[in-house]
Amino acid sequence: MEEFFTYALSILPSLLEGTVITLELSAICIVFGIVAGALLGLGRVYGNKIVYRLVTIYVEVVRGTPLITQVFFIYFGLGDIGVLLRPVLAAGLALAINTAAYQAEYFRGAIRAIKPGQVTAVLAMGGTKFDAIRYVVVPQMFRLVIPSASNEIIYMIKCTSIAFTVGVPELMYKANREGLMHFKYVETYIVAALIYVVIILVVAELLKMLERKIAIPGLGLNV
Amino acid sequence: MLLKVDNLHKSFDGIKILNGISFDLKKGEVTVVIGPSGSGKSTMLRCLNCLTPPEEGQIWLEDVELTSSEADMNDARSKMGFVFQDFNLFTHLTVLDNVRFGPLRVNGKSKKEATDIALEEIERVGMIDKVDAYPAQLSGGQKQRISIARALALKPQLIMFDEPTSALDPELTNEVLAVMSALAKDGMTLLVVTHEMGFARSVADRIIFLDQGVILEKGTPDKMFTEPEHERTRTFLKMLSQLD
Repeated sequence: MEEFFTYALSILPSLLEGTVITLELSAICIVFGIVAGALLGLGRVYGNKIVYRLVTIYVEVVRGTPLITQVFFIYFGLGDIGVLLRPVLAAGLALAINTAAYQAEYFRGAIRAIKPGQVTAVLAMGGTKFDAIRYVVVPQMFRLVIPSASNEIIYMIKCTSIAFTVGVPELMYKANREGLMHFKYVETYIVAALIYVVIILVVAELLKMLERKIAIPGLGLNV
Repeated sequence: MLLKVDNLHKSFDGIKILNGISFDLKKGEVTVVIGPSGSGKSTMLRCLNCLTPPEEGQIWLEDVELTSSEADMNDARSKMGFVFQDFNLFTHLTVLDNVRFGPLRVNGKSKKEATDIALEEIERVGMIDKVDAYPAQLSGGQKQRISIARALALKPQLIMFDEPTSALDPELTNEVLAVMSALAKDGMTLLVVTHEMGFARSVADRIIFLDQGVILEKGTPDKMFTEPEHERTRTFLKMLSQLD
């Protein structure tokens, strides 16, 4: 046991370096995923036919292909035709495109859960559809989406480990290298796994706090 | 004439819902629309502010033709308050924010002005102690009173009510009807679709009986309740009175 802790401490600086990149990659994907997902979700519900079709194709193609295919396509595939992206950019782009498609579906569900009569009420008052979306749909959509978007966020943090396959020096990459160098895979992966668990616990708790903070009084939204 | 409706037609999926509706509203008058379910009452209200655009016919609000393609529909709607059967309050906003939504977001008033207007209307429906509550914390009757205040805050020329008490428990309907009666007394023009015969009898200046997409009969409550021209009107009113 003591041996494990000594070893764990010795590789920790290297793993934490990777953790920083994992967190950066996660943050970028999550922010992009939420912003793009919200716009795509709104587009799918309120957009015209063309917007609806384009968003639907996007969502279906992304959901229908493995994440690793998307990462390889952007890194190796685009590289092949002359678009050379740095590994971290290629992986970040693939992850962002991927998570946006899922978030779009969660946002669509959240929008559908808002009683349409509220939009009608804005129109009946002489407001525009844009007023209704801006003042009524968007504020409610962000509240309703939190439970499902939280799952996607947590999932995404773990998915950043796939960036390892194109050589991004994130947590799994570092763990793999330490394991190889010291020939101690079990110990190394346990430390890496513990780091992931801590990150996820913290993020999940933050999301729960956010959900409680912006819950609508009297509605008891999953609290 | 405040509102003039001429030969309104509307169908859904080839089924005729409104089949030539014509009537008009004088300023300060209370008109109650009654009729069996499916007779087109709600569709008619929604056609009047073009939430459901009519296929044929004309609507004038004072001297503006709403059915013309140049009409500023948003402006017209802000002058025609609408109270829904199921309230349609904004669930994420407090009572105050619900009521000042119209003046602030639609009429472009300053926050201060909008707040003053909202508080005045909330007071008018007797809900001033609930300004900071959210809709989910209110009873059905309270919600409907707030939605009336929300309509009033736009300073409309008339208010349309689409079965305002149908979603309420019987003991909660009275508080809503009382607010509506008070509005009538203040001279507000009301167009009310309802099954509340007591309200129709005591508050309405005129009753319109809608049946199968046409106005079968209209007249004062006295005439409609005591000596209706049509057997159909008589049967319908008798049936409703028995329910009361």
